[in-house]
Parts: sequence; structure tokens; C-alpha cells
Amino acid sequence: MTDTTSNPQVDTARASELGPIARFLKATEIDTRMLGMIGALLLIWVGLHVISSLRLGVNPLDFDSRTFLTPRNLWNLSVQTSAVAIMACGMVLVIVMRNIDLSVGSAEGVIGMVMGFAQVHFLVRFVGLELGNPWIWVLALVIGLALGLLIGAFQGFIIAYLEVPAFIVTLGGLLVWRGAAWWVTSGQTVAPMDATFQLMGGGPAGSIGATWSWIVGIVACLAVVFALFNGRVQRKRFRFPLRPIWAETLMGAVTCAVIMGAVWLANSYPWPVGIVNRYAAANNITVPEGGLFIAHGIAIPVLMAIAVGLIMTFITNRTRFGRYVFAIGGNPEAANLAGINTRWITMKVFMIMGVLATIAAAISSARQNSSTNVLGTLDELLVIAAAVIGGTSLAGGSGTIIGAMLGALLMQSLQSGMVLLGVDSPLQSIVVGAVLVIAVWLDTVYRKRV
Amino acid sequence: MADKTAPTTAHTGTPLVDMRNISIAFGGIRAVDDASIDLFPGEVVALLGHNGAGKSTLIKILSGAYKRDAGQIFVNGQEASISNPRDAKKYGIETIYQTLALADNVDAAANLFLGRELMTAWGTLDDVAMEAEARKVMGRLNPRFQRFKEPVIKLSGGQRQSVAIARAILFNARILIMDEPTAALGPQETAQVGELVRQLKTDGIGIFLISHDIHDVFELADRVCVMKNGQVVGTARTTDVTQDEVLGMIILGKCPPGAIPGPGALKIAA
Ligand SMILES: Nc1ncnc2c1ncn2[C@@H]1O[C@H](COP(=O)(O)OP(=O)(O)O)[C@@H](O)[C@H]1O
Ligand SMILES: [Mg+2]
Repeated sequence: MTDTTSNPQVDTARASELGPIARFLKATEIDTRMLGMIGALLLIWVGLHVISSLRLGVNPLDFDSRTFLTPRNLWNLSVQTSAVAIMACGMVLVIVMRNIDLSVGSAEGVIGMVMGFAQVHFLVRFVGLELGNPWIWVLALVIGLALGLLIGAFQGFIIAYLEVPAFIVTLGGLLVWRGAAWWVTSGQTVAPMDATFQLMGGGPAGSIGATWSWIVGIVACLAVVFALFNGRVQRKRFRFPLRPIWAETLMGAVTCAVIMGAVWLANSYPWPVGIVNRYAAANNITVPEGGLFIAHGIAIPVLMAIAVGLIMTFITNRTRFGRYVFAIGGNPEAANLAGINTRWITMKVFMIMGVLATIAAAISSARQNSSTNVLGTLDELLVIAAAVIGGTSLAGGSGTIIGAMLGALLMQSLQSGMVLLGVDSPLQSIVVGAVLVIAVWLDTVYRKRV
Repeated sequence: MADKTAPTTAHTGTPLVDMRNISIAFGGIRAVDDASIDLFPGEVVALLGHNGAGKSTLIKILSGAYKRDAGQIFVNGQEASISNPRDAKKYGIETIYQTLALADNVDAAANLFLGRELMTAWGTLDDVAMEAEARKVMGRLNPRFQRFKEPVIKLSGGQRQSVAIARAILFNARILIMDEPTAALGPQETAQVGELVRQLKTDGIGIFLISHDIHDVFELADRVCVMKNGQVVGTARTTDVTQDEVLGMIILGKCPPGAIPGPGALKIAA
């Protein structure tokens, strides 16, 4: 019943040739590459955990609070990953179209400076809004989004219509926007950020707490089940081949388990003692013996990254624009002959990249509670590495949003792990650079074999 | 325009397509030089000539892939302005390119509907409906084809060609351009394409067929038009010339008595 194709010869003949693992992968439609990446991620996590435990001389199974696999460390990891993961979503589209954007880190820097300047100086001193006015963070963000869109449109126009290679345009942008970031305040740091704006950076206030986190988790699980069910109904309606029921159930169960596990982790990380006590005092709560446990829950920047990931996945898979991006990446001439306006699509992709750089800038500057002209330095490397590690081919035409976000998590895991292990920053750079090259090499090997 | 080849007298009424005095040059090469050709409803006109004769370039001007340097195109007697592929499609001109022009990384359905996707009421891609349509049209061309979920790069040459042909007939073309449509096909599929051509003919569709197989051409085409060095050697009804005479046109540029000579005909001191 699983195979309703009208030509059983072809498919059954092939299915019987497959081994049990291949049959499992075929039934669940899991991408082997994705599986490999999840495996690599888990390997890195376990490795970092064991090394950090051994360094402290503790048993890895005790999950000591200073080791890698702890709620606190993983929660911080999720927040640190957000900005890069968000930009990696855009970089997927850029690279799928056979372009590159080397300017994202610098664009993030200048946009962060402008948003910081807007909320700390411009809107307060020149427009005359009072500190704490809710318009401040809204307007600062709107100004940032407009600037990001403009930067993307400008670079995209030069690339698409003036036909200057993206590598050169964005290499120029790397210098131009970094220089511009300095000019905003002649290099001076802008701080502190608007109180509401700061929520985008995470922290105890910038997290949604235990109850809401459970609600988000349950809603996400329901959405997963609904999506699987709906997909099945659609395919049944047109009598297309269906996945076996056990495979559907397994996929749903694993996904929901991962979601609820992540929520449980976020809810296991309590507010720091000092903040809890201050909060208790302010709200007339008596702190019980052994301290008050208030969970962080999911951080707002993480929710923002998930939202961006979902929207970008929707755009790539379900819209005309996304289809065109991939078709152009696969064969630009064919796309052109099919009547697709390839230039305008190229320009739009860079505009999306600019908007995502703004969101990343907001998160990064909110997290630091300041804007500096070095904000986002070298982020372009992490972002490109995330996309490539996540399966985006530099030859164009293939890549996934979820892969790039996992790639960002992988890169950030390495980086955070090295900080935890006390690896000094020059060596960190060496490792990140080497990982990028190795990842591209593995990608080349993989593509030759498949 | 004075030297325009007159349409063959057998046809009355306005031609479906009338390309007049078309020229295009790439750098110094005159790829198409003052070529004129026409096509009537329900007619198959075969374009013949050596590699590099300018056949693909001429039909790419009609399909909007190239912009001509000179000349005019009339569709149904009205001058048509075709400056990109979208324009051509608006006139009902569909093309099967020699290179197939498929996006290798997406599946058959996505290729069939590229640029003209079916959308749901929500404004999203209706992949399920597109796959259903794809199954229908591919069933007509290549009933054994089942690999709807795979990117077309994984398909065989013949399967890819079927996808390219399916795309051209999916949107009710009035004018169909087939640039060596059977180059990668086996004998069975080639016969199927021949059957398809006959069927489309009875529907009143005009077809430009570029082929190297002179035998096929005489089976399917009503007229042949031979090109050499970017110029038209001559045009003839397949009933008025022999296969050997057509070979003479292709190889020597010699225009036989049954054909109407073009600017590229070998000029012999009469
Ligand atoms: N895009 C192009 N750029 C430069 N030269 C071209 C281009 N397309 C075709 N040509 C040249 O035009 C001539 C005709 O080519 P073509 O139309 O492909 O011939 P045919 O299809 O008859 O084999 C050849 O000399 C070819 O090299
Ligand atoms: Mg050709």
C-alpha cells in the first residue's frame, strides 16, 4: 500500500536491492547528508563535554556545571548562534544563486551602529523622544531595516544590473561598510541600548519563561503533526506514493521529542541568584530556603532565529521567488529562457540578505547592550561556513535553510567549546578557518560520489 | 525587403509566422544573414543545414532568446515585438532548445512549469497539482517515466528530452520550435515524437523542426528550408524535391529547380 506508482517494476526492483539502512532512509526520506551533519554536531558536543570534564577531573556523566553539556552552556550556545543562523538563512539563497556576500559582517556593523546611534542619540536628542518611549526601539529597528534593505539593494543592483561579480562588490562592501561603521560616531561606542530593544539580546528578561516555553513547545509539536498529516492527505488526494505509516510516526515522534527536549533544557536553566533576589525583593516574594528557581525558558533571539528560519524555509520551498532562486542557481540560461527575470531576483536576494543582517545586528548589539564599530567582525566567515557546512553547494543550485542553521549551530558549538576549554583566540581563528576549508573539501568529495 | 522569398503558392491566407530578412552577428560572425522563412498553421517546416549554419540562432531569435540586429517578425500577419522569451510565449511560441534548457537541480514538474507555476489560493506553489499535471503530460510522451521526485540531472538523456518536449506542449503552443528534439532519444521514443508531431499538426499547430535525419524530415515535414553560412539556400515542398537534391542544397548550396532559391543559393553563371 505504500507504493501506488503505476509501474511497480521500476521501484520494487530498486527497493529490493537496498540494504536495511538504505531502505530505512528511503522510507523516511531523510537526507543522508543532514543525518551526517546531525551526527557531526552530536560528536562535537559529546567530545567537548568529555574533554571539558576530563580537564576539570570530573566524571563526564556527572554533568558538572562547568562542562559543555549543561543547560546553562547550551542555552548560551542557542543565544550566541542566533545572529549567525539568521544571516546564514540569507547566505543560502545568495550562494544557491552562485553568488557570495562577503560584506554581511560589515553591514551588520554599520547597521548596528546606526540603530545604536538612533536610539541613544538621534531619537532622544534630535527628535526629542523621552528615554523609554516605546517608539524609540520601534523607530530604531525601522531605520535599521531600511538601511539593511538599502545596502542590499545597492550591492544587488551593482551585481545584477551592472554585472560586477558579487565577490568583488561585496569585498568592496566589506571595507566600505566597516569604514562607515566607524564614521557614524567616529569610533565611539554607543550605550546603553533602549530597555525594550535589549530584550532582543536574551538574558533573564529577554527570555519567555517556563510556562510560555512549554506552550511554544506544544504548539510546535502540534504543528509538526499537522504538517505530516496534511502532507499525507495531499499526497493521497492525488494518489502519489506515500511514506510508510511507521516512518511518518517515527519522524513525528523524533521531531517532537527534540522540540520538547530543547524546551526542557531551556527551562532547566535558572536565573542567576543575584537577579532572582532582586526580582523577589521588587515583587515582594520571599525567597525560600535553598533559593528561588525561576527558569529562563527560550530566549527571544532564539525565537527570532526560529521565526526567520521558518519564514525563509517557506519562501524557498513554497513561493515562486524561492523556486526561481534555485532554478537560476541550477541553470541561469534555462531560467532566463523560461522567462524569469533573473536580474531582479538576484537583486531581491541581496535585499533579503540586508534585512537579515539588520536582524542579526539588532540581536548582537542588544546582547552586548552597546554598539561598537567592530560589531560583527568576521561574521561573514562564520555565516558562509555555516551555509556551506549545512550543505549549500558553492557551485550553486542546492542548499537548505535548516541545514545552514544547523551549520551555524555547529560552528558556534566549536567556538563556544574552545572558549570553554580556554583555547586562546588566535588558535580559535585557526580552527575556524581550517574547519571551513575541510568542510568545503568534504562537500566536494561527497558531491563526486553521489 | 524586395528580395523576400515569396511564400509557396499552395498556401493561401496569412502565415502563422513570417520572419523577414532577419540578420544577427556575434562579434564579426554573421550567424544569420538576411534570412526569411514562414510557417502556416498545421504545417511542419524543417530547417536543415550543417552545424554552424545558423539554424539554432535563427529560431532563438523567434523564441526571444536573442535580439535580432535587423529584420521583422510577423505573427498572424501582425508585426510582433519579441525581445525576450516572455514576449515570445505571449504569442504562443514554445521552444524545445537543442540544449534542452532545463534547470538541472529541480524536478520534472518544476521544470515543466518554470516561469508559469500553478499557485494555490494562498499564493503558494501548488506542487501537488503541478506534479499531477506533469504525470499526465509525461504519460502521453513517455508512459514508463516514474522519476517525478528526482532532479532532472539524474535522468537519462532521453528522459530529459521528454521533459523538454513535455514543457513545450503543456501550454497549448500555437507555434512550436523543435531544435533537434530526438537527438538523445532511442528509436521507440523518436517514433513517439513523430507521432506527437503529426497529432499537433492536425490540431493546427505550426512547427519548425530542426533535424539532421533527412529521412525523418521527409516523413514529417511539408517543406524544407536549407541554411548555409547563415543564409537561406532555398525553400521547397518535400513533394517537389528529392532527398538527394536536398543533400545537394545542404552540402553545395545548390538550389534545385523544385525549390525557391534564397540569398544563399549557389550562383552559377546561367
Ligand atoms: N551566443 C553566441 N555567441 C557567439 N557566436 C555564436 C553564438 N551562438 C551562435 N554563434 C555562432 O553562430 C553560428 C551559427 O550557430 P548555430 O545557430 O548554433 O548553428 P546550427 O544550429 O545551425 O548548428 C556559429 O558560427 C556559431 O559559432
Ligand atoms: Mg543548432
